[in-house]
Amino acid sequence: MQGNDDIILSATGIEKVFPGAKALNNVNFQLRRGEVHALLGENGAGKSTLVKCITGAYRRDGGKLVLDGADIDPRDTFEAQRLGIGTVYQEVNLLPNLTVAENLFLGRQPRRFGLVDAAEMNRRAKALLSGYALDIDVRAELSSCSVAVQQVVAIARAVDLSGKVLILDEPTASLDAHEVEMLFAIVRRLKSQGLGVIFITHFLEQVYAICDRITVLRNGQLVGTRDAAALPRRELIAMMLGRELGEEIKQAGNAQAAEGAVRYRFRGYGRKGHIEPFDLEVRKGEVVGIAGLLGSGRTETAEILFGAQKADSGTAEVDGKSVEISSPRTAIRHRFGFCPEDRKTDGIIGDLSVRENIVLALQARRGWARPIPRAEQDRLADRYITALDIRTSDREKPIRLLSGGNQQKAILARWLATNPEFLILDEPTRGIDVGAHAEIIRLIESLCEQGMSLIVISSELDELVAYSRRVIVLRDRAHVSELVGEEVTTSHIVEAIAVADKHEAGQ
Amino acid sequence: MNALKSHLLRLAPQIVVLIAVVLLISLAFPDFLTLQMQNGRIYGSLIDVLNRGAPVALLAIGMTIVIATRGIDLSVGAVMAICGAVAAASITSGHSLVYTLALALAVGMLCGLWNGILVAVLDIQPIIATLVLMVAGRGIAQLITEGAILTFNHPGLIFIGSGSFLGLPMPVVIWLAFGVAITLLVRRTALGMLVEALGINRRASTLSGVSTGVLLIAAYILSGLCAAIAGVIAAADIKGADANNAGLWLELDAILAVVVGGNSLLGGRFSIAASLLGAMIIQAINTGILLSGFPPEFNLIIKAAIIVLILVVQSPRVRDLSAWFGRSGSREAAVKQEAK
Repeated sequence: MQGNDDIILSATGIEKVFPGAKALNNVNFQLRRGEVHALLGENGAGKSTLVKCITGAYRRDGGKLVLDGADIDPRDTFEAQRLGIGTVYQEVNLLPNLTVAENLFLGRQPRRFGLVDAAEMNRRAKALLSGYALDIDVRAELSSCSVAVQQVVAIARAVDLSGKVLILDEPTASLDAHEVEMLFAIVRRLKSQGLGVIFITHFLEQVYAICDRITVLRNGQLVGTRDAAALPRRELIAMMLGRELGEEIKQAGNAQAAEGAVRYRFRGYGRKGHIEPFDLEVRKGEVVGIAGLLGSGRTETAEILFGAQKADSGTAEVDGKSVEISSPRTAIRHRFGFCPEDRKTDGIIGDLSVRENIVLALQARRGWARPIPRAEQDRLADRYITALDIRTSDREKPIRLLSGGNQQKAILARWLATNPEFLILDEPTRGIDVGAHAEIIRLIESLCEQGMSLIVISSELDELVAYSRRVIVLRDRAHVSELVGEEVTTSHIVEAIAVADKHEAGQ
Repeated sequence: MNALKSHLLRLAPQIVVLIAVVLLISLAFPDFLTLQMQNGRIYGSLIDVLNRGAPVALLAIGMTIVIATRGIDLSVGAVMAICGAVAAASITSGHSLVYTLALALAVGMLCGLWNGILVAVLDIQPIIATLVLMVAGRGIAQLITEGAILTFNHPGLIFIGSGSFLGLPMPVVIWLAFGVAITLLVRRTALGMLVEALGINRRASTLSGVSTGVLLIAAYILSGLCAAIAGVIAAADIKGADANNAGLWLELDAILAVVVGGNSLLGGRFSIAASLLGAMIIQAINTGILLSGFPPEFNLIIKAAIIVLILVVQSPRVRDLSAWFGRSGSREAAVKQEAK
């Protein structure tokens, strides 16, 4: 451990609670002067919540923030900026219709006789940007610059305003390789000036290219902080996706159930720009797991199977008969169901009651002219509220008031009410309390026993291993390998993802 | 029983406001409440409010559904003009009343279909999509009437504007019956719930198998149909089609009626009855101001002031504030809600 004076920003015991879920649970994070520190984790791990607690965008519910030896409690991002914490987001947060110089000095333009001194402002802007080896016309509109240049302008503004800590939130997502190099050169220079840089990304090569240390979050909890040089890629993926290596438990018992006939067969199924063509067979009473890193094509696979995105190649068969799944409606007619990853935008109908949310898919399938009688709706809702233990004061409560786990169960109930035979679950345990994880997993297992075919996408590898007989590994929007039976262990999955990832890095 | 109670609770603010407005006017003009029977027909200012408010009430029915889908229909005023002109042109060229009415309603639904396709298929923002027909519609109506006011004296058509049935003026009978029919249609089938689901979260509804595209188009067709009926009534009332002034600015009154009815412009939960009450509140204010004999230039300002008052009383912030004064416990909940 290095001396304490090295630490420029220290967050200890940070807690953040959203209605129904703990987004951050006792998270510790320390940033040294002159280091680039990667903050990693899957969607919903708590990266952005932590950053927002640091920048004051959220008020934390507990814990301590120390910047440069002084306790801070920023109420908003402006205060954090004044204190020395600047943030640059993936979507550049500047005004595209103003000039580069105006953007750099917005709100603090040099004045002369009460008017903006444009000449002085442009001179200073030029000087400021020359520090970033950027020689552009500062009088040009920002929108006429490339995204990379805009990114640099945003960084220059943030550093000039703040100057102690710079947070880069997915800054490279829309840059090409050359631009990434240019950005990294700037980050290295800032680092040598003693700035602490927090770098959020999901490109692992970039993490290894520039970061000194790595902190991994999962499910709102700190998994660990390591030196990048001493952390093999495989171990990093294990930290992000599953339990520590060596702790894996493989539950036997679901292998024999899956010897039934193939019910769903997809051949050469794909869609350009979304997911490469793949072959997939699912048997009766089988759970097929899908694993891969963020952006590997997991959700795209689910959407194309359910018809939310139309396949532009390949064929689909149900029970040996060729079918065309062109929309969710046709998928539902073939008794498919789909619980999407993003509950809030794709799943719940927030203002409708729990009852209405549960009967929605069944009602949509029956058509508008054949309403489900109210007594039947009540019966269905009550049945699933009891069966899935959905905790709500009554069935008429708007679903948005429920916790994440209970919303998830209500959406599951929506599909179970349609008696599906093929259920696709995209991250069924994401963003819900750990206690509810076990319930959802038990539910998946019991559905499988009843003969339902399931596809489960999850970044919780140990959960995936627990219920899947087969796991398909995705990388770069393609299905790259399949693990069956005894091969299904967290370490094998991590290896498959890591091998694929290295292969990509070598290209 | 419970459903009825929650229904009345939902309508309570509108009923209270309507009663308050009526009482206020009758304080100044005691005659306002008087009703008389003459020749088997009821006369009086209250009936006049119901009668004059017919076009806005009809428009508000369709507008409620469109707004529930998170849309808006700015074209209804222009569609009124088109359908009035179509009816006048058809009846003056010798077609039968049934044919004329069917034609006018069909044209209104066609206008709605156009709007619906722009919104649902081409994914154009409703405010822009319907603005197209709002601007073009009046031109189309002028083409049909060839720039003049197209008058007619077919007694059947005129009856729709000024006849009476069961003692009530025909326009009142029509909007009441149509309002009841559409309410039954959406509440006795699953349409109401599906429309609300679509308005709250279109993507999630599509993923649940709701035919969101078809529903959206149907909502705009209904709005067009409402505008067509309103247009025929307006034309029958003056025994002529005035392409320039028929339905002018009424789209705004219809939107206002929906809002005064407590329906959110963000879509979702809706109540047609509340919108109809809203339309009557607006008409009562209009009639009251006319009766008061204020110089006409004050009318719009007074109307605006009263409406601002109604909206302030309905605003969720004010409601939160009054709840806070009531018991401080609910404040935390409100703040939490906001934080979300």
